[in-house]
Amino acid sequence: MIFGLPVISVAIWLPIVFGVLVLATGNDKNAPLARVLALVGSVLGFLVTLPLYTGFDVSTSAMQFEEMHSWINRFNIHYHLGVDGISMLFILLNSFFTPLVVLAGWKVIEKRVAQYMAAFLIMSGIVNGVFAALDSILFYVFWEAMLIPMFIIIGVWGGPNRVYAAMKFFLYTLLGSLLMLVSLIYLYHLTGNSSFDILDFQQLHHIPLQAQILIFVAFFFAFAVKVPMFPVHTWLPDAHVEAPTGGSVVLAAIMLKVGAYGFLRFSMPITPDASHKLAGVMIALSLIAIVYIGLVALKQSDMKKLVAYSSISHMGFVTLGFFIFNAYGMEGALMQMLSHGFVAGALFLCIGVLYDRVHSREIAAYGGVANKMPVFAAFFMLFAMANSGLPGTSAFVGEFMVIMGTVKVNFWYGFAAASTLIFGAAYTLWMYKRVIFGAVANHHVAELTDINGREKLIFIILTIFVLGMGVYPLPFGEILHVSVSDLLLHMTQSKL
Amino acid sequence: MNLMANLMPAAAEIFLLGMLCVILIVDLLLSESNKIYSYLLVQVTLLGCSIITVGTHVDGVVYAFHNMYVDDLMSDVLKLLTYLAVAMMMVYSRQYLMLRGLFTGEFMVLALFALLGMNVMISANNFVTLYLGLELLSLALYAMVALQRDSAVATEAAMKYFILGALASGLLLYGMSMLYGATGSLDLHAMADAIKHGVPNKSLLVFGLVFIVSGLAFKLGVVPFHMWIPDVYHGAPTPMTMLIGSAPKLAAFAFTARILVEGLQPLVHDWSGMLIIMAVASMAVGNLSAIAQTNLKRMFAYSTISHMGFLILGFIGGGIEGYGSAMFYAVAYVLMTLGGFGMIMLLSRAGFEADTLNDFKGLNQRSPWLAFMMLLLMFSMAGVPPTVGFYAKFSVLNAIVQTGHTWLAVTAVIFSLIGAFYYLRIVKLMYFDAPQSHEPIQVGMDSAFLISFNGLGVLFLGMMPGMLMSICAVAVQQSLLLH
Repeated sequence: MIFGLPVISVAIWLPIVFGVLVLATGNDKNAPLARVLALVGSVLGFLVTLPLYTGFDVSTSAMQFEEMHSWINRFNIHYHLGVDGISMLFILLNSFFTPLVVLAGWKVIEKRVAQYMAAFLIMSGIVNGVFAALDSILFYVFWEAMLIPMFIIIGVWGGPNRVYAAMKFFLYTLLGSLLMLVSLIYLYHLTGNSSFDILDFQQLHHIPLQAQILIFVAFFFAFAVKVPMFPVHTWLPDAHVEAPTGGSVVLAAIMLKVGAYGFLRFSMPITPDASHKLAGVMIALSLIAIVYIGLVALKQSDMKKLVAYSSISHMGFVTLGFFIFNAYGMEGALMQMLSHGFVAGALFLCIGVLYDRVHSREIAAYGGVANKMPVFAAFFMLFAMANSGLPGTSAFVGEFMVIMGTVKVNFWYGFAAASTLIFGAAYTLWMYKRVIFGAVANHHVAELTDINGREKLIFIILTIFVLGMGVYPLPFGEILHVSVSDLLLHMTQSKL
Repeated sequence: MNLMANLMPAAAEIFLLGMLCVILIVDLLLSESNKIYSYLLVQVTLLGCSIITVGTHVDGVVYAFHNMYVDDLMSDVLKLLTYLAVAMMMVYSRQYLMLRGLFTGEFMVLALFALLGMNVMISANNFVTLYLGLELLSLALYAMVALQRDSAVATEAAMKYFILGALASGLLLYGMSMLYGATGSLDLHAMADAIKHGVPNKSLLVFGLVFIVSGLAFKLGVVPFHMWIPDVYHGAPTPMTMLIGSAPKLAAFAFTARILVEGLQPLVHDWSGMLIIMAVASMAVGNLSAIAQTNLKRMFAYSTISHMGFLILGFIGGGIEGYGSAMFYAVAYVLMTLGGFGMIMLLSRAGFEADTLNDFKGLNQRSPWLAFMMLLLMFSMAGVPPTVGFYAKFSVLNAIVQTGHTWLAVTAVIFSLIGAFYYLRIVKLMYFDAPQSHEPIQVGMDSAFLISFNGLGVLFLGMMPGMLMSICAVAVQQSLLLH
């Protein structure tokens, strides 16, 4: 409770209210006010989520901080919120990134500042809603509402090809979502028209295999597009490249996690038999993402595109970890999600720093940046190393656990997955070398100035998390543990 | 029978007719510059009608004039919404019509005649009453489309509307006569009873049904009877398009519900097959053709076709869920359409129609608030939460999945996805593109307030749809399913 208000609701609605306030500051004459208000809102938005961490009981897999109010009685839809070990950390991660995104756009965004800041604040609230919703229609509402601010962010503040990217992003995700909606309605029908609650869906005893497979496929479309998994990933590089820095950060750090979270909350517990049946396909797609997309990343000439492909490849790890059905894999995948949030977010911020100064994302436009920006080069180095999975950084923990879990299932799966340690290092470090080292390439680079205090602050905060999680991952693992084992236990029970 | 008992269910219509005559006469005495008084009188009339409709409401179903006329919860709810729709139409179009010299008594009186026609349709319990209401509505609309006499497009639209409309009325009448021949009654309930007890000539019945469904399809504007919609929507002056596209859809819902659900329920297997084909075809043709349009009114016309296709899916679902969802869909649709056409009129100036897609370019830079309202309306039409359009689609999908038509639901969502593209394109034009003109947008206080009410209403109903959904469900249950 915060001042007598339920924590999760505050975490959802406080950023949205601040977003509306920021919007109300109007045109760019009031831009300074909009910025300050947005920062206050986002920092407060993060602070109010802290009780979720401090008050969390790690010994139970039951939902905590639950809130339940009736909402649409005709269909037994409730305003039902709650978190378990799986979702709690993502709410924190999301709220944590919002102030960083606001700071990252502080000076760079000059046109329609209020709308920019408001879009991120509102989205932050909505994403918290996605992670906390326990009623499937409430989940769906947040899930879809999330698209609207993102669509606007990419389309208004994005790069030259932003319209194409925004449309592609929206339509791809909408297709999946609509199919999911039909499945949700079907599941409601199976509960005897009594509940849209996700927990009730999970407790359904009998779903025929064919129905399970169709539901799984519909969920797959919804979640795989967001993850994104291999055949439906093509929107991501476009969206990333065209989005402003803040948009890329939120996409990589938060949006992708939402899709993976969906697999854990919906696909696997609701349709366990279909999940087992189709695990082979999912593993194959994950491995293709890891290996093939890793190779694709290698030949990118655009830094943002490279990190975007690297994200897809890393998310392949996450889905691989889920569908090998053991505790190592699943916990590792969740750790990987958190770590990827920090690392990919940090990398996009690094690229944003360069882009703000030179206005190019081409690797070829740089060279010898270290001569002009030594402090920046050091931070960039750390995050690049983390992206390639260096032990001691957060990325190593998750990747190692997933590889270990995979080897237990099948050596060759593990072998293919482990190749990421080579490819990841290759594409990240090669890019790093070309951008940062060598002689000063051109007069743009020669005119570069090192990062200022605001940028340093952002990077220092991220460094603490990347290293902290790498050296001492226990607090994170502790929170995940009970919920993950409970989920795995639940999945062993057939619903046929 | 007691005269008063007969008159009470129709009190609102009688009041409307009386006031109509008063306005007709008062308007003659007013000079051109004082037409605002007739306008106010119209609004007062609509308010009066609402009060009477609420005041004369009684629980349960009341029949009057030898079962020709019915007053029930569904009719009261729908009537209140038609008053609201016509009142909103009047507010939105006031400035627009004034600038074009169309702010005349004829316009207002014809609009009220159309309203009267709709209300008679909504309350009809007999083929004759239904037909009377329908013709009153149609004739008023034909005349309204042609009101702008010096516009060739409008005249052409009026001719097309009239000829095709007359053909459809003919089909409907022919179908009614066959059903009368087969069952020996024009009363909806008597007809349902007769069919239930078995009629000697089933083929005559089904043949009549086909004509009836064709006539209904024409009035709703579903494929393959949709040809008139794009031309009429495009050609008619925008206020008339707004009127045609909004309130009559509520009447058409009632009309379809009364005929198919009350009168022809025993033939449900025959007509639901026809509706499935028409629904899928409408969603396909409407959504695909809308993509190619550059004129916003034409685009809305095709979007209407697809929305009506979605609406009749609710009839296929059947039961409280199905009919209730169709009614909810109609209400949500009317609210969104009013906003959409309202926006066209708000952006139009003297001698300039803001009815092409390009006119919406960069609206966010010219007026962020209006752009935001339009954004809400467009996302609502696309069915994206948290707007009412989502719940409209959701409840219809729910109804058809409940009855086992899961694949139909999947088809419907795929066409919705295609539909989302052209609504998104408008958002794209407003937010992503640079404005083509920097003319200041002059919006009257009344319409600025109304568009805000409309846009935020779409949002509010999207957050709290439960109330309206329940009203629709209860209305449908009391009116259609308790017999």
